[in-house]
Amino acid sequence: MPAMNMIQAVNSAMDTMLARNPDIVIFGEDVGYFGGVFRATEGLQRKYGLERTFDTPIAEAGILGVAVGMGAYGLRPVVEIQFADYIYPALDQLVSEAARLRYRSAGEFISPLTVRVPCGGGIFGGQTHSQSPEGIFTHVCGLKTVIPSNPYDAKGLLISAIEDDDPVLFFEPKRLYNGPFDGHPERPATIWANHPRGEVPEDYYAIPLGKAAIVRPGRDVTVLAYGTMVHVAEAAAAETGIDAEILDLRTLLPLDIDAVVASVSKTGRCVIVHEATRTSGFGAELAALVQEHCFYHLEAPIQRVTGWDTPYPYSLEWHYFPGPGRVGDALRKVMEA
Amino acid sequence: MRNTAPHGLHVPPPKARPGEVSAFSALAIPPAGSVRCPDIAVDPRDIRDLPYELIRVLDEDHHAVGPWAPAVSPDLLRRGLRAMMLTRAYDERMLKAQRQGKTSFYVKCTGEEAVAVAQALALRADDMCFPTYRQQGLLITRGWPILDMMCQVFANTRDRLKGRQLPVMYSSREAGFFSISGNLATQTSQAVGWAMAAAYKNDPRIAATWVGDGASAEGDFHHALTFATVYQAPVVLNLVNNQWAISSFQGIAGGEKTTFAARAIGFAMPGLRVDGNDFLAVYAVTAWAAERARAGLGPTLIELFTYRASAHSTSDDPSKYRPADEAARWPLGDPIDRLKNHLIALGEWSEDRDRALQEELTQMVADTAKEAESYGTLDKGAAPSVKTMFEDVYKEMPWHLRRQRQELGV
Repeated sequence: MPAMNMIQAVNSAMDTMLARNPDIVIFGEDVGYFGGVFRATEGLQRKYGLERTFDTPIAEAGILGVAVGMGAYGLRPVVEIQFADYIYPALDQLVSEAARLRYRSAGEFISPLTVRVPCGGGIFGGQTHSQSPEGIFTHVCGLKTVIPSNPYDAKGLLISAIEDDDPVLFFEPKRLYNGPFDGHPERPATIWANHPRGEVPEDYYAIPLGKAAIVRPGRDVTVLAYGTMVHVAEAAAAETGIDAEILDLRTLLPLDIDAVVASVSKTGRCVIVHEATRTSGFGAELAALVQEHCFYHLEAPIQRVTGWDTPYPYSLEWHYFPGPGRVGDALRKVMEA
Repeated sequence: MRNTAPHGLHVPPPKARPGEVSAFSALAIPPAGSVRCPDIAVDPRDIRDLPYELIRVLDEDHHAVGPWAPAVSPDLLRRGLRAMMLTRAYDERMLKAQRQGKTSFYVKCTGEEAVAVAQALALRADDMCFPTYRQQGLLITRGWPILDMMCQVFANTRDRLKGRQLPVMYSSREAGFFSISGNLATQTSQAVGWAMAAAYKNDPRIAATWVGDGASAEGDFHHALTFATVYQAPVVLNLVNNQWAISSFQGIAGGEKTTFAARAIGFAMPGLRVDGNDFLAVYAVTAWAAERARAGLGPTLIELFTYRASAHSTSDDPSKYRPADEAARWPLGDPIDRLKNHLIALGEWSEDRDRALQEELTQMVADTAKEAESYGTLDKGAAPSVKTMFEDVYKEMPWHLRRQRQELGV
């Protein structure tokens, strides 16, 4: 199997699907001739033609509105929002239209869209190129929300997202594009070629939405994480020596509740980690679900490690980023309780 | 010398408020037949004057005159007349039903019937419509059963939308009528996307969309124009200027210093401004734009200049913000009267036939309403099974919705 980084894996998913289904079209800002600012669509226009991978005006609401219309026609649009921070102009088309169309038309019209959204910080992107707004979308009924943490999952999950008949927000942590990131920016960067999940088949395969993965089995405490924070949690477990069971949620909605309940019921302790701001973030939903389902198994209060409730600060981003030090503190805290 | 004194904030005022007389005499209304009709292959740059004109076909003597007069049969005109009269009869009956408490809300299109009806006839039956909430005439003209529409308004056991949508937010894939959204103008860029998809598939069908003068201020409409011109989408963009967006006159939406049709100029597409109460002119302009789109010549913006003769909705009281007699003073008349008079002038219609048709339609609507009411009305309690509330959020119901359904005990 070839080694791929996450950009190549995402590209391979779209390549695979463009070849399989003529109703798939890809568009967004700079995605056509240039292949996207992160190069995720590189070569696709050359291979499949102008009409199937094309550039759009800088108008996220327009991109989504057009995608909803194409979906109603019967196409399966895969659109890129260049940065998650730019998705807000498209909220009405996502929340009021794509997410509600099946319901309001009683199934006459659907929105089989995939919205690829590079997200997250740790790249010195400042407050307009670093956000993780997934919690806004998990709050919207009718949408599905996916965040992969490695190239293998990225390809398999993106293929499932494209094949899904409901609108899917597919968040791609930018910090993971070129290699796994343990939250230590001072250390040399690692690459996916040296990681088992960096081996990606060139052919078609799908990873079902709604299924979490146990990336590190453990007995002492359950860590619920996704995206970049999966790797940070692994580093924190190694550095503290605490036998943490790390769940990579992969799909936030629909959530793999069975995997969460099984793990927390076993360990009796739970730490929730995400890069997004804390208040009303997805971690709040996870904490509520864990106490609803596992209260009598819990031996310690649930801990949340998240970004602070501030904009993502440009020069202070490593003080904002929930690194392995903070995750390790939370692990120790739940173990001491 | 320029006046450099403080000038304050300009907030556009309408021509008249309650108690005043609407000064429509200031409206520039060119005579019928006075605006030229370019070839559909015209370069939009060569018709930059047209958005400031007003295309009219029916003259004061009820004759069709000028280059825009369409070659249409009396049969087609009678179909149009019938559909407009049926639309009005349907509206009257549904308003009555709302007053009787059989539904909570209704929206009439009185005075604007020519917009949807003439346009539905000028489009092909399988062209895709992305309407807003005042184009019930599209469904009626396409022969969609008013029984089905009434059942949606009553949210009864025959409501295909399972009681999920506000009355009049129809959806009919079969009739080429996209699910109406209460979030305004979102349908405009969706129509462009549908048209782009049709072009991608080499499908001869085109898309058409409707937006009000008020909602045209939404960003979505701007995006629709941008994407339509960039990709030369086969779409007809209809802006229905009925003068009022609830209580705000069209100047608040940006129509005080220009026309809405003139928005087309910056997007390098034809902008046509048409007398929206002139059935023949609306038909001709729509056929022109549709033929242009179908020929691969790109999008057209049509401003349909009309007047909202009724309230915005049953929740609105226009006497609070505009003169009570403004509709009667509207200088472009009533679309149904004007087409009827034209048919009579042609010797193809008569007052007797008109009366007979009116009676037939009123009776048919009343009979259909009775049948619709037999399947339930909103005031008699929710008709759909409560468990359907959790369906169609997703294609397959996820675990959390199954649990919430169980929690509700259904």
